[in-house]
Amino acid sequence: MASPKRFRTWFALIVTWIVRLTFAVLLAFPFYWMLITTFKRTTDLYNLDNNPFIFNEPPTLEHLRLLFTETMFLRWVGNTVFAGIIVVIVTLLLAVPAAYALARLTGGWGAQVGIAVFLTYLVPSTLLFIPLSKVVATLGLQDTIWSVILVYPSFTIPFSTWLLMGFFKSIPRDLDDAAMVDGLSRWGAFVKLMIPMSTSGILTVVIFAFTLVTQEFVYALTFISSASHQTVGVGVPTFLVRGDVYYWGSLMAACIITSLPIGILYNFFLDRFIEGFTVGAVK
Amino acid sequence: MRQQRWLGPVMFMPAIIYIVALVGVPFLMAFVYSVGDVKVGSEGYHFVGLHNFKSVLQNPTFLLALRNSFLFTIVSQILVLISATMLSLALKNAFPGRRFFRFLILLPWVAPVSIGSIGWKWILDSLYSVINWVLVRFHFVSQFDTPVWLGEPKLAMMSVILVHTWHMMPFATVILLAGLTAIPKDIIEAAAVDGSGFFRTQFQIILPMMLPIISVAVLFGAIFTFTDMTVIYILTRGGPYDTTQVIPSLAFFTGILGSDLAEGAAISIFMVPLLVIATYFVLRQAHRAEVT
Repeated sequence: MASPKRFRTWFALIVTWIVRLTFAVLLAFPFYWMLITTFKRTTDLYNLDNNPFIFNEPPTLEHLRLLFTETMFLRWVGNTVFAGIIVVIVTLLLAVPAAYALARLTGGWGAQVGIAVFLTYLVPSTLLFIPLSKVVATLGLQDTIWSVILVYPSFTIPFSTWLLMGFFKSIPRDLDDAAMVDGLSRWGAFVKLMIPMSTSGILTVVIFAFTLVTQEFVYALTFISSASHQTVGVGVPTFLVRGDVYYWGSLMAACIITSLPIGILYNFFLDRFIEGFTVGAVK
Repeated sequence: MRQQRWLGPVMFMPAIIYIVALVGVPFLMAFVYSVGDVKVGSEGYHFVGLHNFKSVLQNPTFLLALRNSFLFTIVSQILVLISATMLSLALKNAFPGRRFFRFLILLPWVAPVSIGSIGWKWILDSLYSVINWVLVRFHFVSQFDTPVWLGEPKLAMMSVILVHTWHMMPFATVILLAGLTAIPKDIIEAAAVDGSGFFRTQFQIILPMMLPIISVAVLFGAIFTFTDMTVIYILTRGGPYDTTQVIPSLAFFTGILGSDLAEGAAISIFMVPLLVIATYFVLRQAHRAEVT
């Protein structure tokens, strides 16, 4: 005989699994849909009598061929990777020393500056894009990938500095002091001791800055107008449509090819990203 | 020690200068534009006072966008909050396949939002929508009278809200999970010893303890929602007839596509009060972190 207590435990377990499965299906469904659309024949996609959840005709690679040979998809991927690499380098060069200085060299007000820097991350692109479009035009960068390379560090630096500050604070001060007693200068301690010690924090910032570049939409849409200079996040949804015709197979192929690698990459450092937001509320 | 005095500023100034130049200055420029007469390609600047704000406030589309922004933000955040709370409670304990589940659940947040939205555009297609196929198949609607998800004002608003909820929910879930794992296990065990059942423990013990972290999730969720236009731009472009237009998308259409920088800036200024409120809460949270 199952006791009421036992029954309640089972009931709770079943409810928990129903919640898990329901949300997993709802949240991941569009990606399943991108995947199956990628490999379906056009005649299969556009036949309303077919069950859309399965392959009614044999799968095809035609949409992928079209995407890679007849569209600028690879070019957009290349542009995005190029912008991503430069933004990552700029972010590291500026954010790593800044975070160290604010965590170690400035005393009490370093923390205040750190918070101010974090707050600038919250100023949205939809407030800044109008003035920045004028700035970009004045510098002669409109409609080039350099426009977004210039602007993206304005949001990767604040968040990276904030994350790295927390990272440097978690390293005991005694370590730098000991290194300086041993004859290293402050700068030497930073370069030879602290940077090697914070490799995982720096790696987090690399992935973070890179994924933010791939996800950004508003600035790239505002500054870049020709298809050949676009990033993948804007190119796919705006330039894979010809007139009013959507090439859904190729479009969904581009979506799944872009989403999965970024999704996997992001997963690795997500916990630290969340820490950046929850400081103070979680102890 | 002498070296330290200038080393600190030398190390953090480049970052600060970059941020001031590309966030601080444009932020102020937005205010300057909003009281001027700047257009794309125009030279010079004339102060026009509150003229742009007057013309914006008399524009019915703007009032609609303002209302929509609040509707969009409030409804999607309520939905995010309810579903993220449920999901985080269901994911809190270890179970087989938890990592894979977490990956699946995070996809809508980590995949580029423009890309996720275009996936939804296909799911909500006027002719080949898979949702409509299911509805027809189970005889909820007739084959000749299927809903046009993105073409009918009420349905379009509902669609963009739901897609945005879909996008934001994973972010709230992981924030709540971070808060949940910080709740000491012995409190929950003590409750169980005292005879508190599963659901009672969730609602009367865990949920109240989650309140601070829930407020963090809502704070950032509301900022990211109120100031975002990506989902709406991709799905409806603010249509049909501006019925899904929000403040950021209207600022884009007016200022960038319509070349009226001044009026676009005036529209986007209406996002500032929310930012000020958010700043206050972030500072309070940071202050609490320092005190404790």
